[in-house]
Amino acid sequence: MTPSMRNEISTIFEQVLGRPVSITDDTDIVEDLGMDSLGVMNFVMAIEDFYDLSIPLDRVAQIQTVADLIRAVEDLKIGNAA
Amino acid sequence: MTILAKHAGYRQAYDALLAHGVDPLNVQFDSVLSPTEGVLNGQTTILLGTNNYLGLTFDPDCIEKAVQATREQGTGTTGSRVANGTYNGHTELEKAVADFYGRKHAMVFSTGYQANLGVLSTLVGRGDHLMLDADSHASIYDGSRLGMAEVIRFRHNNPDDLYKRLRRLEGVPGDRMIVVEGIYSMLGDTAPLKEFAAVKRETGAYLLVDEAHSLGVLGETGRGLAEAEGVEGDVDFIVGTFSKSLGSVGGFCVSDAADFDIMRIVCRPYMFTASLPPGVVASTIEALKKLRAEPALRASLMRNAKRLYDGLSAMGFQTGPEANPIVAVTMPDQETAVVFWKLLLESGLYLNLALPPATPTNACLLRTSVSAAHTTQQIDRALDIFADVGRRLGFLPSDRRRAAGAL
Repeated sequence: MTPSMRNEISTIFEQVLGRPVSITDDTDIVEDLGMDSLGVMNFVMAIEDFYDLSIPLDRVAQIQTVADLIRAVEDLKIGNAA
Repeated sequence: MTILAKHAGYRQAYDALLAHGVDPLNVQFDSVLSPTEGVLNGQTTILLGTNNYLGLTFDPDCIEKAVQATREQGTGTTGSRVANGTYNGHTELEKAVADFYGRKHAMVFSTGYQANLGVLSTLVGRGDHLMLDADSHASIYDGSRLGMAEVIRFRHNNPDDLYKRLRRLEGVPGDRMIVVEGIYSMLGDTAPLKEFAAVKRETGAYLLVDEAHSLGVLGETGRGLAEAEGVEGDVDFIVGTFSKSLGSVGGFCVSDAADFDIMRIVCRPYMFTASLPPGVVASTIEALKKLRAEPALRASLMRNAKRLYDGLSAMGFQTGPEANPIVAVTMPDQETAVVFWKLLLESGLYLNLALPPATPTNACLLRTSVSAAHTTQQIDRALDIFADVGRRLGFLPSDRRRAAGAL
């Protein structure tokens, strides 16, 4: 992931969780960050707002790590631009 | 370890509940006496959590019609309408529902849950876009998974968020279907339907409203939120249930869509399940007649709802945003919620303990649903029990007597 995108996502995590977080590609969003389903939903919506896209529910279900999230956002951004 | 070990997380959470000596998900009634009373552990208990909005479950005419139909046509249809045929009652019920809504078509399902499974998996398909309110009922989420449409969730009751998401789909092929509910089952809040209708018109989407909790409750003639908000012309499909205000079981969908009847040969949750038994069909038709003929039921319901809502709010309990027949009290945490619920039950008041993940914003709720059949005395008794338990747990913010005086 690009450093800027990592920073952006990290900032959004911190806004949703209300505490500092340290993330890598392998960070598991539920296990490592201790998010419950509501937290994940709020986080996904914050990501959607920031990048101006909607992540369909089947795609959300496939996201486990930060790398999965980056991939989903990048795919959808490319899809939107096409 | 068994194949079910994968649910260990739920087992752990459930065991923690059971450790309080209660099983809120499996309350065992000795008997049910009326729409508003049952017997629990030998104690007569006020039922304040059974969605029996119009109190028609013991209506003598509905019972008589059910008995008569059962005698004449048997206890069940033993299969689907596709395989075993349609009974006169099925057709009569569909005509009655269509007539009530002033729509060309109605289709009846065996439960409200199946109505959502059927409609949502059939109206949209691969390449279409299903826009769901984030707080949608489980049947809506499950229906969305049964079909092949892309599912996008928008913020609860937020037409701007919906609009933003539809705007992102500009130029993308496929139909768009917006799904909202009349009254949301946990907090009793209603959808801002005028605003959603405006978004629908501007974006060319279809609009489906689930009126499960608002049929017989809202609107001049009881048709629900779309009627109350004056936007029925913008609603393409209405889904609902017979199991709440009509006191039986079953679901339906009404619409003016010209080719609606194709659903009967493509909608799997309609085709591959047993149809409603004659007794259920007959009592439902009679209950719908009562709903239409007796607007006083709706007036009693709303009077009771307001009395409970105002009473609880005045005591300082945190209630939902509006006085509807669903009145939910938010508890500070799960521990308090469970203990509070247990004490209410022991005092002779039954209602629903609603915990995450079944609740919006992870709230722990004491969820009540009021009936037209509740007497003023029953509502006041419920308020007294709430006040008493609140005092015993030491967190009732204001004195009951002073609060009552302020009403």
